[in-house]
Amino acid sequence: MSTATDAPKPAEAPRRGSKAPAGERVADWADGRLGIYGLAKANMRKIFPDHWSFLLGEICLYSFIIIILTGVYLTLFFVPSMAEVEYHGSFKPMQGIMMTEAYASALDINFDVRGGLLVRQIHHWAALIFVVGLFCHMFRVFFTGAFRKPREINWLFGFLLLVLAIFTGLTGYSLPDDGLSGIGIRFMEGAILAVPIVGTYLQMFIFGGEFPGHDIIPRFFVAHVLLLPGIMLGLVVAHLILVFYHKHTQFAGPGRTNTNVVGMPLLPVYIAKAGGFFFLVFGVIAAIAATVTINPIWVMGPYRPDQVSTDAQPDWYLGFSEGLVRMMPGLEWVIPGGYTLNFGLLVPLAVFPGLLVVIGAYPFFESWGNRDPREHHIADRPRNAPTRTAFGMAWLTAFGVTMLAGGNDVWAINFNLSINAITWFCRIGFFVLPPIAFIITRRICLGLQRRDREKVLHGRETGVIKRLPHGEFIEVHEPLPQETLHTLTAHDQLTPYEIGPETDENGVRRKVGPLERARARVSRGYYGEHGQIPKPSREEYKEITSGHEHH
Amino acid sequence: MTSHDEPEPQHGAAGEHLPEHRSDGALTPADDPFADPGLPPHEHRRQDIDERAAKRSERTVALLFTVSILATIGFIASYVAIPIDRIVYIWPFGHVSGLNFSLGLTLGLALFCIGAGAVHWARTLMSDVETPDERHPIEATPEVRAHVFAEFRKGAAESQIGRRKLVRNTMLGAVAVVPLAGVVLLRDLGPLPHDKLRHTKWKAGSLIINESTMQPLRPEDITVGSLTQAMPEGMSPHDEDFHVEIAKAAVMLVRLQPDDIKDAKSAEWGHEGILCYSKICTHIGCPATLYEQQTHHALCPCHQSTFDLSDGARVLFGPAGHALPQLRITVNDDGFLEARGDFDEPPGPSFWERG
Repeated sequence: MSTATDAPKPAEAPRRGSKAPAGERVADWADGRLGIYGLAKANMRKIFPDHWSFLLGEICLYSFIIIILTGVYLTLFFVPSMAEVEYHGSFKPMQGIMMTEAYASALDINFDVRGGLLVRQIHHWAALIFVVGLFCHMFRVFFTGAFRKPREINWLFGFLLLVLAIFTGLTGYSLPDDGLSGIGIRFMEGAILAVPIVGTYLQMFIFGGEFPGHDIIPRFFVAHVLLLPGIMLGLVVAHLILVFYHKHTQFAGPGRTNTNVVGMPLLPVYIAKAGGFFFLVFGVIAAIAATVTINPIWVMGPYRPDQVSTDAQPDWYLGFSEGLVRMMPGLEWVIPGGYTLNFGLLVPLAVFPGLLVVIGAYPFFESWGNRDPREHHIADRPRNAPTRTAFGMAWLTAFGVTMLAGGNDVWAINFNLSINAITWFCRIGFFVLPPIAFIITRRICLGLQRRDREKVLHGRETGVIKRLPHGEFIEVHEPLPQETLHTLTAHDQLTPYEIGPETDENGVRRKVGPLERARARVSRGYYGEHGQIPKPSREEYKEITSGHEHH
Repeated sequence: MTSHDEPEPQHGAAGEHLPEHRSDGALTPADDPFADPGLPPHEHRRQDIDERAAKRSERTVALLFTVSILATIGFIASYVAIPIDRIVYIWPFGHVSGLNFSLGLTLGLALFCIGAGAVHWARTLMSDVETPDERHPIEATPEVRAHVFAEFRKGAAESQIGRRKLVRNTMLGAVAVVPLAGVVLLRDLGPLPHDKLRHTKWKAGSLIINESTMQPLRPEDITVGSLTQAMPEGMSPHDEDFHVEIAKAAVMLVRLQPDDIKDAKSAEWGHEGILCYSKICTHIGCPATLYEQQTHHALCPCHQSTFDLSDGARVLFGPAGHALPQLRITVNDDGFLEARGDFDEPPGPSFWERG
C-alpha cells in the first residue's frame, strides 16, 4: 500500500460546511455526533483474506438474518395459544376437527395467507441450513486451528450460538402443535421427569401443571421469538466485532505471515461479495422452499397425546440426542426409599451436553497441553495437526453413530434391516468406531506430512522417464518453485514439553504433580515421535539438492 | 520467540518447546531455500486489459440486475393472479401449490440475481489486487499494562473497599441475596406435583370407550389379533382438560388366546384373554401402539421400546425401563367391559417419586 496516493492532496484539504456535497454533509453531521470517521478509517478499507471455507460463517450469518426476517412475518399470523377450537379454515380434510389455536393458525398460515406457506418454509429451511452452517463453520475453525489464541473467546461465542440455535430450533418446531411436534414436547416432558429429586417439580413448573396443559406453547413462543434469539443476536454481534478486531486468519503462503493479513479491502470488494452472497443464500433458500416441502404440518394433524405416527424424527440437529436416547438400553433402578432413577434417560441426557462440551472445551485442552503463549493467525492445514484432526474425526464419528441411531427406524424400513441389529451396531460402534477413526486419521495425516516432505526434498514427480548413459532408467523430479517450498514448510513444529529431570542439580527430588505429568504426556501425543513428521530442514534440502541432480 | 543466547531457564519453563523462530518473513537469508518470496505479482484479468471484455462483464451484471427486477414483478403478478388453492402438476415435483411454487421461484430468482450480479461485478470489474495489512498484537504493551494496574490499584484504594471489610462483605451479601426475589417469583409457574401423576380418570366401574366409535366396548368387539384403542367413559375432546387426562388414561386392548398369556397375574387382570394396558410408553410417553399380532409385541414408534403384551407387557428391547401398567377389567351386568379400578401404578414415563 502506498501511502503517497492515499494522502489527500493539498487542493482537497478537508472542508466542512455548506460548500461540501450533500453526502459529505450528512456524513459530517453523523461524525459530529457519533464519531464515525474514526471507525471508518480503521474499517472501511479493512483487508479480508479469501478462501472458500471462510464463506461458511457467512452462510450462518445470512441464514440467521433470513430466519429473523421471516420469523417476524410469521408472528403476525401465528397465535401461540393452546385453547381448543374447532377448525373451519380452508383446508377441507380438517373441517370440524378439534385443535389448538396454535395449530389452527399454523394451518391458516399455510392455506389462507398468500405466501404464508412460502415464508414458513423459508423459515424452516433457513433454520436447518443455519445449523448446518454452524456445524461446518465450527469444524472449519476446528480443523484449521483457527480457535487458538487470541480467538478462544470467539470460539466460545460461536459454540454458545450453536447450543442456543439447537434449543431455538427445538422451541420453534414445537410451536405449530401438530402431531409430530407434540411428540417432541412429550419427549421433553419425559426427559424432565427423569431428573432426580426435582424432576417432577420442574415438569409441573415448566408446563404449568400436568402434560400438556395450556401453558407450554405460549412459554415456548416467548423463548423462541424473544429470549433465545435476543441472546443469539447479542452473541452474533459480539462474534462479528471480535472477527473484525482479531482480523481474519489466513492460510500460509508467499507473502502471508503471522503478522499480516493479505486480501482485498472491505470497500468495495467484500461489500459486494459478502453483500451479494447474502442474496445468493436467500435466493437459494427461497428456491428450495418453493420446490421441496419441509415439515408438512397439515399431514400430521393436530397433536393428541394418545396418537402418534411412525418415522417420528426431530429436526436433524437433534438427531444425535435422539440417537443417544434410542441407543441406551432401558435401565431403571428403584433405590431405597422408593425413588426411581431412570438411567434409560439420565445417561443420554448427560452424554448429550457432554458431547457438545467436549468439542466446545477442546481449545482450552489443546492450549493447556501445548503451553503455547503465542498468537496464531495462520490457519493450520489439518494434516499438520494430526492429533487435533484425529480428535475431530473421532468426535464426528461418534456424532455420526448417534445420528445413525437417531434414524434407526428409517434405516430399518428403507434398507430392510433389523432395527435391533442397527441399535446394537450403534451401541457398540459408539465406543469402538471413534478410536478407530482417531488412529486412521492420524496415520493419514502423518502420511500426508511424509508426502509433503518428499515433495519438498525431492521435487515433483514429472512422469518423464530418462535413460542414463549406463542404461539406468530414472524418473525426472522437478524441484518445487520457491512459493510452494515456502508454503509446505511454513508451519510450526513444536517439540514436546518435557518435565525435566526428577531431581534438581543438588540431587533433591522435585515435586512433579500428576497433572504436570499428564500435561507432558498430552504434549508428547501432539508433538512426540508419533505425533508429527519432522519437516525438512534447510540443511537437508541443501544437502540433497547440492549433490547429484537426480532422484 | 526465545533465543539460544539467553541463559538456560529452569527445566519446564514455558517457551522452551516452541520453535526458535516462526516463519514471519523477517528472517530471509539469501541462501534460505524456504524463505518467503513475498507476495506474487498481481496478474491482470482479461477485464483489466481488454475494455471489450470489461464491457461484456458490465452487460452481464446489468442483465442479472434486470432479471431480478423482472422476477420481482413476476412475484407480485403471481401474488395477484394465482389463487391460493390452485394445485398444479409440475414435473418432477408432482402436484404442488401453484402459488407457493411461483412465489418461491420468482423470489428466489430476484434475490439470486442480485447476489450473482454483485459477485460478478466484484470478481470481474472491481480491483482484485491483493494487499497486505499489518496485524498488531492483541496484548497491550508492558507500559500500558503497568499503567492500567497502577490506575486500578489507585481506584480500588480510593474506594476503600479493601480497608472497610464491613462495607465489602455486606455489599456482597446483599447482591448475593437479592436474586432470591426473582426466584421466589417463579413459584407460581405451576402447581406442586402432589399425587397428580398417580391418578387417572379410570375408576371402578368405568366403561371402556372405543376411541374410533366412541361407544362402550363389549368383549365380543375385541377379536384375537386386533388392537383396540380406548379411553374411560365421561371424556370428550371438547373438555378443557381432555389432553391432560388422555395423556394418562389412554389404553389399548388386545385379545390373546388364554393359553398364550404367560403371566398368570396378567391373565387374571384381564377378561377371557382380553388384556387392557396403558398405551403410554413408560420411556418418555409416546403411545406404544405398533402391534405385532403374531408375537404379541407392542412397539413404541418413537424410540422402539418393545413390550411383550403376552407377558405382562415387560420390556423386551429399547430404552424403556419398566413394563406398561395393566388395567384390571371385567364385564358388568349389561355385558360391557369395565375397569375394576384405577391403574395400580402410575402410567407413562417414570419419575423420581414413582417408586
